[in-house]
Amino acid sequence: MAEIAIRDALRQALEEEMNRDETVFLMGEEVGEYNGAYKVSRGLLDTFGPKRVLDTPIAELGFTGLGVGAAIAGLRPVVEWMTFNFALLALDQVINNAAKMRHMSGGQLKCPIVFRGPNGPAEFLSSQHSQAFQSFLVHVPGLKVVAPATAYDAKGLLKSAIRDDNPVVVLESEMAYGWTGEVPDEEYLVPIGKADIKREGSDVTLIVHSKPLKMALEAADELAKQDIHAEVLDLRSLRPLDEEAIYESVRKTHRCVVIDESWPMASVGSHVAWLVSRNCFDELDAQVELVASEDVPMPYNHKLELAVQPSVEKIIKAVKTVLYIK
Amino acid sequence: MAKNQESSKKSESPQKYDKKFLTGLLVDMLNIRRFEEKAAQMYGLKKIGGFCHLYNGQEAVAVGSVAALDLKRDYILTSYRDHGHALAVGMSADSVMAELFGKITGCSRGKGGSMHMFDAERHMLGGNGIVGAQIPIATGVAFASKYKGTDGVTLCYFGDGAIHQGAFHESLNLAAVWKLPAIYIVENNNFGMGTAVRRVSSVDDFSVKAAGYDIPGKVVNGMDVLSLYEDLKEVIADARKNSRPWLLDVKTYRYKGHSMSDPAKYRTKEELEKYKEQDPILLLKARMLKDKQITEDEFKKFDDEAKKIAQASVDFAEKSEEPALETMYEDIYA
Ligand SMILES: Cc1ncc(C[n+]2csc(CCOP(=O)(O)OP(=O)(O)O)c2C)c(N)n1
Ligand SMILES: [Mg+2]
Repeated sequence: MAEIAIRDALRQALEEEMNRDETVFLMGEEVGEYNGAYKVSRGLLDTFGPKRVLDTPIAELGFTGLGVGAAIAGLRPVVEWMTFNFALLALDQVINNAAKMRHMSGGQLKCPIVFRGPNGPAEFLSSQHSQAFQSFLVHVPGLKVVAPATAYDAKGLLKSAIRDDNPVVVLESEMAYGWTGEVPDEEYLVPIGKADIKREGSDVTLIVHSKPLKMALEAADELAKQDIHAEVLDLRSLRPLDEEAIYESVRKTHRCVVIDESWPMASVGSHVAWLVSRNCFDELDAQVELVASEDVPMPYNHKLELAVQPSVEKIIKAVKTVLYIK
Repeated sequence: MAKNQESSKKSESPQKYDKKFLTGLLVDMLNIRRFEEKAAQMYGLKKIGGFCHLYNGQEAVAVGSVAALDLKRDYILTSYRDHGHALAVGMSADSVMAELFGKITGCSRGKGGSMHMFDAERHMLGGNGIVGAQIPIATGVAFASKYKGTDGVTLCYFGDGAIHQGAFHESLNLAAVWKLPAIYIVENNNFGMGTAVRRVSSVDDFSVKAAGYDIPGKVVNGMDVLSLYEDLKEVIADARKNSRPWLLDVKTYRYKGHSMSDPAKYRTKEELEKYKEQDPILLLKARMLKDKQITEDEFKKFDDEAKKIAQASVDFAEKSEEPALETMYEDIYA
């Protein structure tokens, strides 16, 4: 076991899969000579050369579409978007083409492509650069969407994503690239579609994905001091969603708080909260709470931007609400 | 078909301009330079956060082009590298620095930060954070001017990196077929982040792309504020009179990294030093000295004044209030 940062876990996944399969290649803005805007691809150009690590012009729609074409013609592209904010320019190719090729061709084609990069707010970046777009993507049948928040999950899920025969979106987080965690020395995969209990507890289930995982774990630590034992369920995979894991945990704790850094309307969080309300109705001892972003574009001012996002305090408050503690 | 031109005005004598006009250009460039240096310093002190893209080296582009505009009817739009444009249209250093500090007194009430300087009254319609996004928007502003019959033109600034976005190509075609008074200005500083132009572009001279849309294109020297001003004067007059778009490849250079977090290892010190020899401020100063339109003492006085304005903007930003928490719900719907 080695303790490594998420960015290095992602790089190991890329490197291992590129070694394993000649058809895997990486392209995106600054992924080569600059070693990646967030240094995820450090060294890969040196190792694999310019045929397999390609610096693109700033043309998200074009190079993403090129990736889709390469995928249906037998390659396994990994497309890096510098951030998901810029991926909006590419969504036509993702939603109208990558997600639909299999279906429109009546099962003749497959589109094994990975779209990855940082999603969600970082710091001091204002409205255009601080957005969490998972709900835009999970909405679409034909796509798979994963959202790792530990080094172990990042590596294992990216490897699975590259091997998957479908388009898979990997949501990373700028703020989390430096977070470290243990990763086995031997090869492993994390299956797409499996949630993971990151902390066991009996009093309330915290359902979370992506970088708010860290907040949820901190909140659970705080709550433990007050003898409240929270179970933290990390979804990891947003589509397919591991519904069974969700219900199993809620059936045990009877209370549920969902945490999602996206806007609250029509989000992964609101969808999960609805699933729990519907399918665990008889098991619940309180309404399901959702801790989300405030329903506003992100302001630049730091005090404001922190107040907009989920926080440990907001999670604790929601837990106390479902426990009827004043 | 429209023919491309190369700027011919290399060393026009400044004598045909009065001292006041030239001093204005010089002072505007000095103010931007000293402002940006102050901003870098404040970034180091963590008074400013996030992405902060400085304009050092490129001052002549915003200053020379805005000087050729009539901002009562004309508009400008630019990218996230927008502090220089904001100051060039006459926004106060106080309101720009306060925005960088995220204060309520900032031009965008602390909501936008470095990348989003706006001043609707001065027809500065933004710093845009999405590469290329301002190009179609500027095309729409030009459309509105034509629709309303104001004779206004729109200057749209963007980087050499932005020219490969579909938005650029779609916009030029629209502007050409609808004959819109939009002037597309590539601030070609050789790099899009760490990527040199030649690695992602099939051509060195972006003005040739104009031919594909049958509009005039031109290469412009972006280090010489006077020649740039003269080129822009002509182009703006033509766009205004004939209601048609232009594409200008303005050759310039940025002295700093892409943003504050970029150590700029992709270029050599020699290259940077070579460009600094044609520094726009020093070039204009040299001309004015030669033509006895300025003395060293006067220059120093202007420079000191620029430093004072920058420092005063920091003092202003420091003592301004943070936006109140409830302002997060404001400025979302009209
Ligand atoms: C659509 C989009 N893609 C990527 C980015 C990230 N990014 C910001 S600036 C930049 C480089 C742009 O270079 P250029 O257009 O030459 O402008 P310069 O920074 O040199 O002024 C990139 C890739 C972005 N902001 N928007
Ligand atoms: Mg550039």
